Amino acid sequence: MLINALQRPSRIFQPLAVLLTMIFSLGVPFWVIIVTAGKSAVEARQPNLALPSQWEFGKNISTTFSEGNMGVASLGSLLLLIPSVFGVLLLGAMASWVLARRKTRGLSIAYTIGISGVIVPPAIVPIVLLLKQIGLQGTPLGLIGVYIGMYMSTVIFFITGFIRTIPIELEEAARVDGANPMRVFFRIIFPLLGPVIATATILVSLFIWNDVFYALFVVGGRLDTLPLNLYQVASSGLYLQNWNLIFSYILLMTLPMLLVFIFAQRRIISGVTSGAVK
Amino acid sequence: MNAGAKVKLLLKRPRINAATKAHSTHPIWFIVPAFFFLIIFFIVPTVLNFVYSFTDWSSFKTEVNFSGFSNFTQLFSSGNLVADLRITILYAVLVAVFQNLFGFALALLLERDTLLNRIARAAFFIPVIMSALAVGYVFQAVLEPKGPVNSLFSFILGRPVEIPWLYDTSWTIVVVSVIHAWKWMGLAMLIFLAGLKTIDGEVLEAARIDGASWFQTLRTIRFPLLAPAITFNVATSLLGSMNSFDIVQATTQGGPGGTTELLNIYIVRAFGQGLFAQATAMSLVLLIMVMVLAFPLIWSLRKREQIL
Repeated sequence: MLINALQRPSRIFQPLAVLLTMIFSLGVPFWVIIVTAGKSAVEARQPNLALPSQWEFGKNISTTFSEGNMGVASLGSLLLLIPSVFGVLLLGAMASWVLARRKTRGLSIAYTIGISGVIVPPAIVPIVLLLKQIGLQGTPLGLIGVYIGMYMSTVIFFITGFIRTIPIELEEAARVDGANPMRVFFRIIFPLLGPVIATATILVSLFIWNDVFYALFVVGGRLDTLPLNLYQVASSGLYLQNWNLIFSYILLMTLPMLLVFIFAQRRIISGVTSGAVK
Repeated sequence: MNAGAKVKLLLKRPRINAATKAHSTHPIWFIVPAFFFLIIFFIVPTVLNFVYSFTDWSSFKTEVNFSGFSNFTQLFSSGNLVADLRITILYAVLVAVFQNLFGFALALLLERDTLLNRIARAAFFIPVIMSALAVGYVFQAVLEPKGPVNSLFSFILGRPVEIPWLYDTSWTIVVVSVIHAWKWMGLAMLIFLAGLKTIDGEVLEAARIDGASWFQTLRTIRFPLLAPAITFNVATSLLGSMNSFDIVQATTQGGPGGTTELLNIYIVRAFGQGLFAQATAMSLVLLIMVMVLAFPLIWSLRKREQIL
């Protein structure tokens, strides 16, 4: 045992190094979030590492709901998230199927345009102008359209790559039996897209759930979403440096994504690393 | 009809068949709804960005007229253009350096598949799924002059420390880029870990038998083989941080004295003041800067895909 430890000092030092790195880089911020979310307003004014003299976690949580409109904001976030994710994945998958299977010059150009948004940043100011002209500025519908347009490229990029690995013979067998394209796509292809759809759903949900920049331009002041309300709670004079409320808000807002991450860890990790290292 | 034309027709026929077959089996209307959203909400605004940058569009007027390069000359003479562009590029470079440095160090530290390492990898991914705005507020609190970080330093050094992390005109840009890197280092770590896994264990074993040290194998074998992971990480962190807003807005709001004012911070501020055309002109600057860097990246992504 001792000889082994001397021969491979890393066996002892490595876990120690891991623990120390975790304590200093993650432990401090996470600890501050949790203890501050449990403090009274007076105690939380100066953020520190001390435990609250009395846990007021429940009271802070109920204040975020009553004064921070947490409930309405959650509904607002879901109102944007669900149609955007559903729309971008369904329409993106349909387009990807044809883009992956047909190899004409025109469609190759269409594919390049289709994936351009993976890198090119959305032009937010002209988006606002355009939404004004078509009467959608300030509406959830407008922002849903913006999210669908913005993340379409990511979805097409992911799904087209995946469909190319599905043997075309599977489709041809169904076609011989007389299935039309709608049927081939929804009965044969779509069910096989499970893994890539799951990954893309999680990624796009993460972006939309946490988005404050585009929401600020399109629906700022007209619709409550979780990040928009956090922004208002933190920057309005009334709540300035009410760290207990800010951190309660952050805890509640992170929780759904944290649960998704815990249950879908493997999928997320394989999703974000696929294609990056080849 | 002569024989040559007949041959031509015969040769042509299967092609027509293949085209019409593809047309009926993979109809073009499947891509129409997706491209409807893409064109209306993404491509058209991007094109309009070029148009409106050369107008006097603002909240103070009812009509929009062309005004040539006046937005750009105004941005240039006020000093905003050069200053914000310089700050954004510096921020992006610093983020790319720190994010990859932290990510690579974590990947090497957590390389072996032990229980503790697996827990640590998941823990380092938590900041990635957190809202960037929330991360910004957390660090605003943690880095307060009398906040937790300074009190930790005071405790370790045994004397009072009150470093103004977020109120220094020359160093705060570095601090906010470290916060940005902290949020995303878990992602860089995962990509480096995946890259390390693709390296053949036998090659490393052979090098070790030949007497190569851990550091030698890292420098001469593993680092060069990590090239794709490094390219991906550097490119995404550079381009991603240029379009950043949330973290800086939550920690410094562009201050102190405008020393952390990224292009997007300016765009939000100008838009809020009703200077729509100036905001658009600045977003064109951002767009062009990202595209200049991005085209080689798109090209290499497509190339990589063709190899697959």
